[in-house]
Amino acid sequence: MNAVAMTPPRAGKARSTRWIADGAFMTFVCALMAFLYLPIAVLIVFSFNDSRTLTWPLSGFTLDWYVKLFSNTALLEALGNSLYVASCATVLTLMVGIPAAIALDRHQFPGKAVFRRLLLLPIALPGIVTGISMLNMFRIFGFGLSLETVILGHATALLAVVVTQIFARLQRVPKSYGEASSDLGANGLQTFWYVTLPNIKTAIIGAGLLSFVLSFDEIPVTFFLTGRDNTLPMYIYSTMRRGITPEINAIGTLIVLASALLILASVLVLRDRSQRS
Amino acid sequence: MRHRLFDKTSRTLIMGIPILWIVLFMLLPYGVLLTYSFWLKKYPLFVPAFQFGNYVTLFTDPQYMQVLLRTLKIAALVSGASLLLAYPFAYFIVFRLQSARWRTVLFMAVIAPLWVSYLLRAYVWKTILGTEGILNTALIGLGIVDAPVDAFLYSQFAMVITLTYIFIPFMVMPIYAALEKIPRNLDEASADLGMSAIQTFFRVTVPLSMPGIVAGFTMTFCLSFGDFIAPFLVGGPDGLMVANVITSQFGSALNWPLGSALAVVMLILVLAIISVSDWIEQSGQVEL
Amino acid sequence: MGLHDENLRPGARVSAVPVSKIMAEAEPVIQLKGISKHYGSVVGVDHVDLSVRNGEFLTLLGPSGCGKSTLLRMIGGFETPTGGTVHLAGEDITGLPPQRRDVNMMFQDYALFPHMSVGQNIAYGLLMKGIRGTAAQDRVREALRLVGLEDKIDQRPHQLSGGQRQRIALARAIVREPKVLLLDEPLSALDAKLREQMQVELKHMQERLGITFIMVTHDQSEALVMSDRIVVMQAGNIAQDGTPEDLYERPASPYVANFIGTTNFLSAKLLSQEGTLAVVEVAGQKITISNAPVHLTGNTLQIGVRPEKARIVADGSAPGDNLLRGRVKENIYLGLGLRTVTELADGSLISTDTMLPRGIASHKHARPGDEVVISLEPHNIFLFEAGS
Repeated sequence: MNAVAMTPPRAGKARSTRWIADGAFMTFVCALMAFLYLPIAVLIVFSFNDSRTLTWPLSGFTLDWYVKLFSNTALLEALGNSLYVASCATVLTLMVGIPAAIALDRHQFPGKAVFRRLLLLPIALPGIVTGISMLNMFRIFGFGLSLETVILGHATALLAVVVTQIFARLQRVPKSYGEASSDLGANGLQTFWYVTLPNIKTAIIGAGLLSFVLSFDEIPVTFFLTGRDNTLPMYIYSTMRRGITPEINAIGTLIVLASALLILASVLVLRDRSQRS
Repeated sequence: MRHRLFDKTSRTLIMGIPILWIVLFMLLPYGVLLTYSFWLKKYPLFVPAFQFGNYVTLFTDPQYMQVLLRTLKIAALVSGASLLLAYPFAYFIVFRLQSARWRTVLFMAVIAPLWVSYLLRAYVWKTILGTEGILNTALIGLGIVDAPVDAFLYSQFAMVITLTYIFIPFMVMPIYAALEKIPRNLDEASADLGMSAIQTFFRVTVPLSMPGIVAGFTMTFCLSFGDFIAPFLVGGPDGLMVANVITSQFGSALNWPLGSALAVVMLILVLAIISVSDWIEQSGQVEL
Repeated sequence: MGLHDENLRPGARVSAVPVSKIMAEAEPVIQLKGISKHYGSVVGVDHVDLSVRNGEFLTLLGPSGCGKSTLLRMIGGFETPTGGTVHLAGEDITGLPPQRRDVNMMFQDYALFPHMSVGQNIAYGLLMKGIRGTAAQDRVREALRLVGLEDKIDQRPHQLSGGQRQRIALARAIVREPKVLLLDEPLSALDAKLREQMQVELKHMQERLGITFIMVTHDQSEALVMSDRIVVMQAGNIAQDGTPEDLYERPASPYVANFIGTTNFLSAKLLSQEGTLAVVEVAGQKITISNAPVHLTGNTLQIGVRPEKARIVADGSAPGDNLLRGRVKENIYLGLGLRTVTELADGSLISTDTMLPRGIASHKHARPGDEVVISLEPHNIFLFEAGS
């Protein structure tokens, strides 16, 4: 009897503490979102502000900073370089990363633990170590620095990202698919082409998009490995050394826009996958 | 036997390409890095040698130890701050949020900044926290302070904020993944056994999500440990980090051997941290 | 051509076996000689010899870890044996990869390719053989017709039910007309009702196609329903190899008796033996066994009795031979029967099953606490050496 009588007030109390807790969580999440997105909003808003200094309050609306961008040939050249570097690095890192992920997933071999550790190391390894060690190597073997050395550096630094993403997908593809394929008469290459590849396709696209963005955006490795040519982030970086201007905000806004489009693209790719499974 | 040859070739390619790449672009450069660290600076450049002078300098000159300790401190603060922000967030969206759609949206919202230029994300904090920056001018405009607060920019505080802002997705991802793997009925079982929600949290949820915490801590720690953009943008003279010192050795100071030795120390530290975190993860592993 | 003589024997199942099947039976389609699989020091399969006749439905039966799946996978080419050889229709295929073997496998999870339609899944094996176009289309349709799912040709596997996927997996495997079809726990993913239905259906399909089926299962009733022959495995070895009837009626060891059906085991002492006729003492009673193993070495033995073959004859006063006396402990209602657990004089328990053709209400049965006598027939008792 007693226990029954006790239940309603207790449940009521539990419910109200739950509401308070959820309310507190909501507030916290909103604050976190503000922390993450207010700075990006600030970046965008000030790209339209008609003052040379970035001070509050805003003074007026202008598109001048964007106009300036498109007449800045050094910047446009850096943009072109970045697109070239990011495309090549992405292709290269996929060409190495896909076999590496398959090797980790399907094959047993001596030294696999070391192989895996080395492959995944660059995820936590600061880019500066990759940059400097490759710089030293190119120097000692007498290679000149160029955009191509940057590409090699990016592909190395991004390999871990590609491998983790594709490996995670391969782990979810049942081993029996490959066995069924060879059981039905396919050789290794046919199995890869007709069965494995279609099942990891979206992961490859996702990993490719991500490594493109990361390469496009990369500084620590580029800083050490580039020759005379600048990539876009390196150009922005050197502009920042001279002082901050709303022109950087304008570039930033365009980059945010491009990133948002790429995120959208990758979400669409992901949705395609979830519908199938 | 042609198929045999064929399968063997494909296997060789699958193993061969990554191994070749690792050897050429990781092992070989690390080897060269190590070699350089034993060389000698000699005007105008440097000469091959085998001596530990660079390492002796690093560990005896207080200037380097100071930078190293400061870097460790900042990396620890960044990881700690990220954890304090990321864990409640991940906990909330995994356990308290009813709608799966909102869960995905909020998770994506935290991950999405990773896709937005890292340089710009550091830069924007410079524009916010600067002496002539948005925060100061706004505070003056509102009459809260009458002179710019220098403490915002060029301080370790500014660095911790900026680096936390940049690296927090790396903390959220593994914690979210770890929490998501915890079966819901464990919560119910624990409540059924008479535990309060808070007891359940500390005795069931936290221990089971430990692998995620460790992974997130490792990532944010290592990445902020090696950063040199944020210190350059928002850190003042007392905000120099190891990576900045390395850069200057390769730039103005033109002492590659010393810079290489520092990079070797950084590589070893990162490897040690990864090994420790692997060890923690494995020793505390529970099959879920 | 002794096989023809066999078919002239009264009682041979002539009608169920197509003539083409008999003609080809001369040579085993699969022959395993001394096949072994060791993982380091762990033994998966230990020196197994087995031949499978053409057109046979053979089942490898055993608990998990007994080596049955490994054995099947070695026939399919998914595992390389560490010793011994595999012959397919007289040809040594031990070293061949799966794609070079004229056998096909139906996987436990079906392994239907999710990114292909049902039709593309089935056509896959034909494409790899170089068969495409209308020739392939016709064979795909024929295979689908065989499993009764012609209308699903353009659907994706995830749009199908479990039972339908199972049939598509079957269609995909048989469209290549393999010499042998391997089935790895083919029904384990289905629910109980559907599983029973598919057991019969698969069996009929096998008889119609005349293809040799080798199936792996841990479900003894499935094995009894479907198989021509069952190989019971134990720790990497063959425990017994025989027809379902052999295994049920004449299990070679307590392991087999226990794995197939339910068996009461009671310890016994040998009193005398003459050929296959043995007299033992069980719980203070003399029991005669008519089909005992000829060379019993020790005199500590074990008898096995199926619950449905032991009969409660009357209350405690009945006279006669081969009787066990005890007191009823409990009755368990099984639906189609009643299981009575009786405690014997030495404290051991024996279960007896009684059918309930008119329901339990009108059935007169002993109650807990009643003294009863249980009668055993001499030819329905298994006798095992204690250590076996």
